[in-house]
Order: sequence, then C-alpha cells, then structure tokens
Amino acid sequence: MDQKGGGVMDPILTARGLTKRYGKVTALDHCDFELYPGEILAVIGDNGAGKSTLIKALSGAVIPDEGEIRLEGQPINFASPLDARAKGIETVYQTLAMSPALSIADNMFMGRELRRPGMMGKLFRMLDRPQMERIAREKLSELGLMTIQDINQAVESLSGGQRQGVAVARAAAFGSKVIILDEPTAALGVKESRRVLELILDVKARGIPIILISHNMPHVFEVADRIHIHRLGRRLCVIDPKQYTMSDAVAFMTGAKLPEGAEAA
Amino acid sequence: MASETRGPQGFERVIEAAPAKVAEFAETKTPVQKLQYALHQTPALVPLIVLVASIIGFGLLLGHKFFSAYALTLILQQVAITGIVGAAQTLVVMTAGIELSVGAITVLSSVIMGQFTFRYGIPAPISVLCGLGVGTFIGFLNGTMVARMKLPPFIVTLGMWQIVLAANFIYSANETIRAQDIEEKAPILQFFGETIRIGGAVLNFGAILMIAIVAVLAYVLRHTAFGRHVYAVGDDPDAAELAGVKVKSILISVYTISGLICGLAGWALIGRLGSVSPTSAQLENINSITAVVIGGISLFGGRGSILGMMFGALIVGVFTLGLRMYGTDPQWTFLLIGSLIIAAVAVDQWIRKAAA
Ligand SMILES: Nc1ncnc2c1ncn2[C@@H]1O[C@H](COP(=O)(O)OP(=O)(O)OP(=O)(O)O)[C@@H](O)[C@H]1O
Ligand SMILES: [Mg+2]
Repeated sequence: MDQKGGGVMDPILTARGLTKRYGKVTALDHCDFELYPGEILAVIGDNGAGKSTLIKALSGAVIPDEGEIRLEGQPINFASPLDARAKGIETVYQTLAMSPALSIADNMFMGRELRRPGMMGKLFRMLDRPQMERIAREKLSELGLMTIQDINQAVESLSGGQRQGVAVARAAAFGSKVIILDEPTAALGVKESRRVLELILDVKARGIPIILISHNMPHVFEVADRIHIHRLGRRLCVIDPKQYTMSDAVAFMTGAKLPEGAEAA
Repeated sequence: MASETRGPQGFERVIEAAPAKVAEFAETKTPVQKLQYALHQTPALVPLIVLVASIIGFGLLLGHKFFSAYALTLILQQVAITGIVGAAQTLVVMTAGIELSVGAITVLSSVIMGQFTFRYGIPAPISVLCGLGVGTFIGFLNGTMVARMKLPPFIVTLGMWQIVLAANFIYSANETIRAQDIEEKAPILQFFGETIRIGGAVLNFGAILMIAIVAVLAYVLRHTAFGRHVYAVGDDPDAAELAGVKVKSILISVYTISGLICGLAGWALIGRLGSVSPTSAQLENINSITAVVIGGISLFGGRGSILGMMFGALIVGVFTLGLRMYGTDPQWTFLLIGSLIIAAVAVDQWIRKAAA
C-alpha cells in the first residue's frame, strides 16, 4: 500500500469498500478510509453524505453490509460500540449518546463504572461514586467547563453546549488509540469551541490520532493534517490543507469542481 | 484566497483577555422552581408526602382506631403482595416497558408450588424452587421477545398474561388446595404468612419480604452499574447502546428478575391466603401498575424510584383501610385511587418541566 501524505508509517485504521444500505438509501457506497498514527484527519461533506455512518461503522455502532476494517493491520469486526471501546477507540457521536436523567459522572463512566475497593465493591458491586465524581470533575475542568456547578447534576439540566462538552471530555478521557469526534463544536460557543480545538491538539500531542467531522471550515483548516472529502457515500479525495483553500474544499465537497491533482479515492 | 486565516480567527483572540474562571450561574430560582427541582431530584418525595398526609388525615378522622400500631401494620400486610409484584413491575417500567403478566406469573408460581407438593408428592422446598424457576423462566421469555425480537412489551406481556393464566387454569384443573392440608403437610408453603408481634404491631413475613425486596432493589438501582444501566436503557436505549450499555442483556435480565420476584410473590400469596387458589391475584397486574404510577415512576421509563412504588402501594392500602373503617361504600376507594392516578401523572409532567 502506498502512503501519500501520511508520512512513512502504516495507517492505524483502514477501511476498504465499506457499504451500508438503509433500505433503498445507500449511506456508504464502497467507501475507503485511512487514518495515520498521530494525525488529525478531518472528514467533511454535505449533509447526508454519509460521514456519520462512516464513523459509526468504524466505532462499532453500525455493522457494514460489506467491506473490511483493519486496526493496526488486524481485521476487526466490532459487534457493538463496547467492542470498539475495548480496543481504545472512543467516539463522540453527533447525537452525543447521553442518558438525560443520569448525572454527568454517571454518564462519563457509563459502561465502565468504577467499583469500590474491597468487599463493598467485590461482593456488593457498589459504585465508587466519590472517585468517579472526582475524575469527572477533573476532566471537565481540563476542558474549561467550569460553569457546570454540580457533577451530580442530571445531564438534561445542562445546556446543549455543556452536554457536548461532557461528551468530548468523556472521549478524551478514555480514548487510547483513536478518538472520533462527530461535529464536536456544532453547539458550542466561540470560547468553548476554541477549548475543544485546543483539546484536540492536546490529544494529538499525546500521540493519539483523531478523526474530526465538522462543517466549520476555518476550524478544519486550522487543525487538520489531512482532509477526507466525503461525497455521496464515498471518499471523493483526500487533500492537504496547506495546498488547497477552503473554497477548493467546498467546491469539491459540493461537486462544483472535480479534484484532479488530489489523490483519487 | 491566501488571505483565509489558519489558526485562531481575529475575533477569537479576545478570549484570552476573558477571565479564566467562568461566571457561576446566578441563583434566580423562585421557591416554586426550587420545589420542582427538589422533586425532580427525589422522585419518591411526592408519594411520601401524600402517604404521610393521608395517614395523618385518617388518623384525625378516625382517631386511635386507625392511628394504632396494629392498624398501620395491618396495612403493610395487606399491601405486601401488591408491593412485591409492584417491585417487579417497577423494574420493567423503568426500562420504558410494561409487564401485564405479573399477576398471572404470580398465581401460576403459587399453583405450581402447591400442585407439585400435593399432586406429585415432591418435597415442598423443591416445589417452591420449581415455582420460582417457572416464574423466572416466563420472565426470561418475555425479556427475550422484547429484547431480541424487538416486540413491544405491551403486546408481549398481554399475550403472556392470557397464555399463563390459561395454563394456570388448565394445569390446576381449577382446583384449590385447602389451607388445612397445607398447614398439615407442607407448612413451608405458608412461610410468609407467619407473623411476629412487637407490642401492638403485627408484622407478617410477607410484609418483611416486600420491604427486603424493595430495599435490595433500591440499592441495586442506585449504587450499582446494573442499576444505572437500567435507567439509561429506559431513558434512551439508542444512546445507552452507543455509550456502551449492553441494552439487550439488561432488558432480558430485567424481565427475568421481574419473573423471579413474581415467583416470590406467588409464595407470599400462599402465606397470605393460607390456601393455593388458581383464581387469586387476578388484579395484581392492575394494582402493581397503580402503585407504580402513584409512586411517581414515569411510564416513559428512566425516571422514578422504587421507594416511590412502595409508598404508592401503601397509599392505596391507607385509603382502602381508612375508608372501610370510616364505613363508606368501598367504591369511594376506587374513585379516590382513580383520581390519585391522574393527579400523579399530572405531577410527573409538571416535574419533568424542571428539566426542560
Ligand atoms: N438509521 C438510519 N436509517 C435510515 N437511513 C439512515 C440512517 N442513518 C443514516 N441514514 C441515511 O444515510 C445517509 C447518510 O447519513 P449520515 O448521517 O451518515 O450523513 P452525514 O454525512 O453525517 O450528515 P450530517 O452532516 O447531516 O450529519 C442519509 O441519507 C440518511 O438519511
Ligand atoms: Mg452526521
């Protein structure tokens, strides 16, 4: 496999010929994908292009009808998001995947709760609330989400942006191999968006590659190392943000212009 | 084209000048909003207040006849079966389901415990285990159909109600096992009918079983990962799945545990009646839903506390006994309970607004 634009390393996550149909709608149409170690890969495309479906296939939330996914060269078949998480792939879904009635701490640790040490935890399976709350508070402070008053507050009592912040903090806290962010700043204020971008760069500095879906071109061009342009259920091309302008990207994405110099998918 | 910015936009630079510590929320809540919030946080509060108020109300109306350890513990005994079945119902309702076969599972379990002992001569403790096993298995079937086949809980349990009830009548040949026979040959079947007296208070084991089940489930729902997952599944199953909850296995466990609890209710039912009667417990499915609703547990799932259900069952018990002692037509009880159900749902809607 040749590696253009991705350095000399092998990709950490690849997909070949991914197809997903919902009845008559083809959300993914023989889509290819690769993510290289340590990079920020932006995925852009029109509404309904199939970006969310693509990352859901990569994170085990959707089982593709056809195609192959490899993590570090090994073929993988995730049956559920839990499987992907066990392999270190963390995702912020566009819908955020929060339980509104439960607290912030409960949500951050959903499916990986900490238990009390000793008897209470082993025998009675008691949750270690103080510990979970402490870690949750720490992670939120790192994101600068100080306006959250109470870590035991139900998620439904947070604003849309605060909820998104919690979801991003959850992924950043637990992702060890790949972090996937599906429009993580869509509901965020100017300042909170900036914090999330800083966090993305922090995560990159920790050596963890990131897939970032966003409709915000300035953000994409600011942080991305490569840009995967998605159109009609497949990868149209991958461009280097240093060699193309935002207008070019938008033109490719909407079909106003066809990429010639860019690597064809 | 080259003028497009890379990096923070000009207008974003001013952020650095902003205070690092963001302003705290201003407290502008009115007392009503605070109440709404408190009720939202502690869903068992409303039924508890109604329960205490109704006990005080009937106490003032009827004096010591009602306001005595004896009468109050009598209420506990009378609501024990509903409370146990209500615990099973609560688990299912928490997942945004409904369990219409609880009463049928309860009576079938009790019939199996009796018939296995008396028809086949199986030792009573083993018959009890068989009864519990059948209850658990029916719950498991319900759960499998809901979780794996994605059938609506209402339909699955409506069908199961008819099937189990018919099986109960066919198998028992509509035969009642008399209390004296049980007392002589298999007293363990009446175990939950035993009582202990503390002063004027008379507690039967059935009431203690109800309190124990509610206490255990309250702990599990609040302090274990399983409990949190039950809430998450009821709240939004798709979100729960994406967040790493095994939604199907949670649903199957919930229905299975609820079947087991119905089996226990069947055992307690023999203690309550003394006999084994295939026509008993007919109203327990409706009674348990009533307790759940008055207890402030949302039928939409994901909200409420099992303590509320127990208070709900007790409220019904207080009204039933209080009005009977007062000497009114028992229809007044149903009329009042009906109003309470509607009031409880209205309060639930109002509390939900605290979130919005
Ligand atoms: N669960 C589903 N059932 C049916 N169709 C679906 C489902 N999920 C996605 N689709 C369809 O698949 C297509 C791609 O959807 P997808 O959510 O992947 O788009 P997207 O690129 O993420 O769009 P957006 O920018 O609006 O988030 C759309 O036509 C959508 O209607
Ligand atoms: Mg999307």
